[in-house]
Amino acid sequence: MEPLTSKKKVLEQKPLTLAERMYLPAIVKGLSVTISHIFKKEATIRYPEQEREFSTNFRGMHSLKRDEQGRERCTACGLCALSCPAEAITMIAAERKQEEKELYREEKYAAVYEINMLRCIFCGLCEEACPKEAIYLDGPIVPADYLRKDFIYGKDKLVEQPLNNNK
Amino acid sequence: MDIAFVIEKFILVTIIFAISLLIAMYSTYAERKVAAFLQDRLGPDRAGPFGMFQPLADGLKMFMKEEIIPTNANKWLFMVGPGLAMLTACIGTAVIPWGSDVQIGDRIVPLQVTDINVGILYIFGVVSLGVYGVMIGGWASNNKYSLLSAIRAASQNISYEIAMGLSIIALLLVTNTMSLKEIVEQQHGWQWNIIYQPLGFLIFIICAFAETNRAPFDLPECETELIGGYHTEYSSMKLGFYLFAEYINMFVSAAVMATLYFGGYNYPGMDWVLLNAGPLFGPLIGTVVFFVKIFAFIFFFMWVRWTIPRFRYDQLMHLGWKVLIPLAIANVIITGVVIAIIEKF
Repeated sequence: MEPLTSKKKVLEQKPLTLAERMYLPAIVKGLSVTISHIFKKEATIRYPEQEREFSTNFRGMHSLKRDEQGRERCTACGLCALSCPAEAITMIAAERKQEEKELYREEKYAAVYEINMLRCIFCGLCEEACPKEAIYLDGPIVPADYLRKDFIYGKDKLVEQPLNNNK
Repeated sequence: MDIAFVIEKFILVTIIFAISLLIAMYSTYAERKVAAFLQDRLGPDRAGPFGMFQPLADGLKMFMKEEIIPTNANKWLFMVGPGLAMLTACIGTAVIPWGSDVQIGDRIVPLQVTDINVGILYIFGVVSLGVYGVMIGGWASNNKYSLLSAIRAASQNISYEIAMGLSIIALLLVTNTMSLKEIVEQQHGWQWNIIYQPLGFLIFIICAFAETNRAPFDLPECETELIGGYHTEYSSMKLGFYLFAEYINMFVSAAVMATLYFGGYNYPGMDWVLLNAGPLFGPLIGTVVFFVKIFAFIFFFMWVRWTIPRFRYDQLMHLGWKVLIPLAIANVIITGVVIAIIEKF
């Protein structure tokens, strides 16, 4: 084959010296390297009990935010779904009734809001697209599951818990 | 032969058997922990505190697994293989002196199942038999990889047994006896045979690695080339027996090395301890020291396993035939000449 680059390195291969042929000095050296690792800090952690700190710009599970009065911020404009490169978000909008004023901030709200976590690539574009600051990827890692249908997260899993302080 | 003698031996055999199984069990745990620590990991820590019940969980898993005997396997030999491997691994413990004689009441109980006057030859024979379990298992599986592995195991054991035997001959020149009990008694205090036979010990320990099929000589189990090696077709507790036998072998060879070269149950300052601790606990302290030495050797086995890569097959044969055997013969000659000179003057 033609050489792909002009770089060339000639390997020097001298015959092994007696000490090298005996292997033993090299083995002792290797053993001392491995034993030194006993006293080093473990690189692994006890995962479910301990968790590593995420970086500040970590993007995890989505959460749909509420405003300071505990109303859902989402107005079902669909910009998140539009911006989503993986097409993971679907929603069905509905009109707010008079008696639902306490629940939803805008006159239109998402009756159904689903994110397919198997499609989502956690790019954070939905977060950027949202004009109402309603969606953030600030949750933990999405847990594993057995069935595909269980990865489609509805509002029950996405909407954050209402604040209890104004009750 | 009185009945007390039979009971005494029976109890001793039972205890030794139980201890060797227990140590083999926890060697599997220790192996994984040592591997983890050498690789900056934590190791198994789920079952019980620090993962202490991991061997029990592993054993239970082995028993629960489905038992598969391949259709074209030789069923009888397929079942004999693991049993034989286990048997030959266990009977080696019979001649090892675990401690000096204990005095219970007015009865003197030796902490050795039997002190035959050719103890070393017995150990040697048992170690040679060990390869039959592997060979029979590999052949009976009717699997090409298993057979290749069995052939490797056989040729490797034969090659290294010669060097091992020659290194023992040099030791026998020093000790003038084949009884393990007497060899240990000669190494009273700190006069361990390692001082007189450093080269012999080096050859012996290398051969011990090869005989127990441990890394860097674990070619019969070479996963990258032979799938699982001789136990490819085995499942359930039969596989467990093979894996277990390896750890018992390791324990026995650690005990033999401690006995032959590192003074067995002797330690510096033992006379003072024996005088003060009494006829029952004095010898038992020696036994504890012996086990500390055994554990150190077992740790060394593991330490080496997680350090050195596996030999290539031709390198293995080269090392065995062209390096270790000439070296062992030279060791015998040098030892003989030195002893002759010392006796002359």
